[in-house]
Amino acid sequence: MEIPRHWRLNQQRYGLVGEVCPHCDTKIFPPRDICPACGQDAKTTFAFSGRGAVFSFTTIYEAPTGFDETAPYTVALVKLEEGPLVTAQLTDLGEAHPEIGMPVEMVTRRLRSDGDERGMLIYGYKFRPVLKPA
Amino acid sequence: MTTTRPNTKLLIPAKPVGIIGYGAYVPRYRLPAREVARVWVGGRTSGLPIKEKAVPGLDEDVVTMSLEAVRNALKRAGIDPAEIRAVWIGSESHPYAVKPTSTIVAEAIGAAPHVQAADMEFACKAGTEAMVMAMGLIGSGMARYAVAAGLDTAQGKPGDALEYTAAAGGAAFIIGPAEESLATINASYSFVTDTPDFWRREYQRYPEHGNRFTGEPAYFKHSTTAGKTLMEEMGTKPADYKWAIFHQPNTKFPQRTASLLGFTPEQIKPGLLSPVIGNTYAGAAIIGLTATLDIAQPGDRILMVSFGSGAGSDAFDITVTEKLLERRDKALKTQDYIARRTEIDYATYSRFRGKIAMK
Ligand SMILES: [Zn+2]
Repeated sequence: MEIPRHWRLNQQRYGLVGEVCPHCDTKIFPPRDICPACGQDAKTTFAFSGRGAVFSFTTIYEAPTGFDETAPYTVALVKLEEGPLVTAQLTDLGEAHPEIGMPVEMVTRRLRSDGDERGMLIYGYKFRPVLKPA
Repeated sequence: MTTTRPNTKLLIPAKPVGIIGYGAYVPRYRLPAREVARVWVGGRTSGLPIKEKAVPGLDEDVVTMSLEAVRNALKRAGIDPAEIRAVWIGSESHPYAVKPTSTIVAEAIGAAPHVQAADMEFACKAGTEAMVMAMGLIGSGMARYAVAAGLDTAQGKPGDALEYTAAAGGAAFIIGPAEESLATINASYSFVTDTPDFWRREYQRYPEHGNRFTGEPAYFKHSTTAGKTLMEEMGTKPADYKWAIFHQPNTKFPQRTASLLGFTPEQIKPGLLSPVIGNTYAGAAIIGLTATLDIAQPGDRILMVSFGSGAGSDAFDITVTEKLLERRDKALKTQDYIARRTEIDYATYSRFRGKIAMK
């Protein structure tokens, strides 16, 4: 059971909420309260747009415990529009093949359940190919 | 508004209310009805109730779908989520038996913690029930904004008639004061009786239904009575409405209701989505409304009638305002989601919907 840890991460994980440095405007994700660029305090909350591009990716066939329900799946390093790189699953690929540079957008999805079918459900961000108006 | 309420069956808020923002969601996967027919009735395709239905992906449920619909509604509303005082989500497929979907959605959109949150349940009319409650909260002056949503990931027993149509999707609305609205809600009327046409007992995976009992005494009686009474009380007739939307468990039922009430096929066309996405249960009538708002013009009047088994119908009289034009392009439209389509076969569907026994 890891309920407290999941609960603390809710905001950051549901909505891609990080920080912005008030000194040099660097956008920070995941939040760490210290600016990686200038080393000063950075505690101002910042909601990312969720838009980015695939920087690199790999497909997982042998998934770790808890993720096997959705295997095979693709994990990507996504370069967010605002700068940071985040690691997340890609979803809703349909017939599309992931490729470097593919524009993606954040969606909140069910990541796994904590333990078996009795455990709490864990939701968080994934990325899908940008859905454009038809 | 007068201070003494007139003797009416209508629900009319003391302060005028309306829709500030709206959003739809439909998952990307489609199961053609002919696939279900191939597996269960030897491929017999005469009389299929729809063309295909929308199926959620492995990582989707009512929480994730609600979130996307509400986020679309917020994009159109352009309001600060911290001003939302209620998040009410109607569904019969909430992912937890105990623990609200609405608290997760409220937290994720930034509406928590100064907020009411609850999950509504009334078969396919849980979403419109949430809308009526939001009308009350805003119309009384207790709050400025409320979220009302209805979404489902409906399940039918394998091989059952419902398996052809039980689908996933829905819509969400930000309800607020009429003066900020892209469409005002002039009044609603609800017709509710104890009618056992469809049910699911606790711990049962799939619902039961009263077969032929579901049509006349349940769906048609409630939908037509609600629509007819609303129009009588409002002093309107079908020709006063540019558009109409009826609960759509299949293709024919809403077409027949429209015809029984005196509406033309043109009036229900933009909101009739069941042929291509199936029956989205709590989402079915209201996603028809979002698709209609996507094409409506200021001044257009819209009649919407939901139906929930058990049984009841909520009817709404809605008028589009000028504000719709500046807001509707701020988020994906209902048809954008319908156009995003990956066809799956029955085997993939069985895996996606957890129909394969793993232990
Ligand atoms: Zn800095």
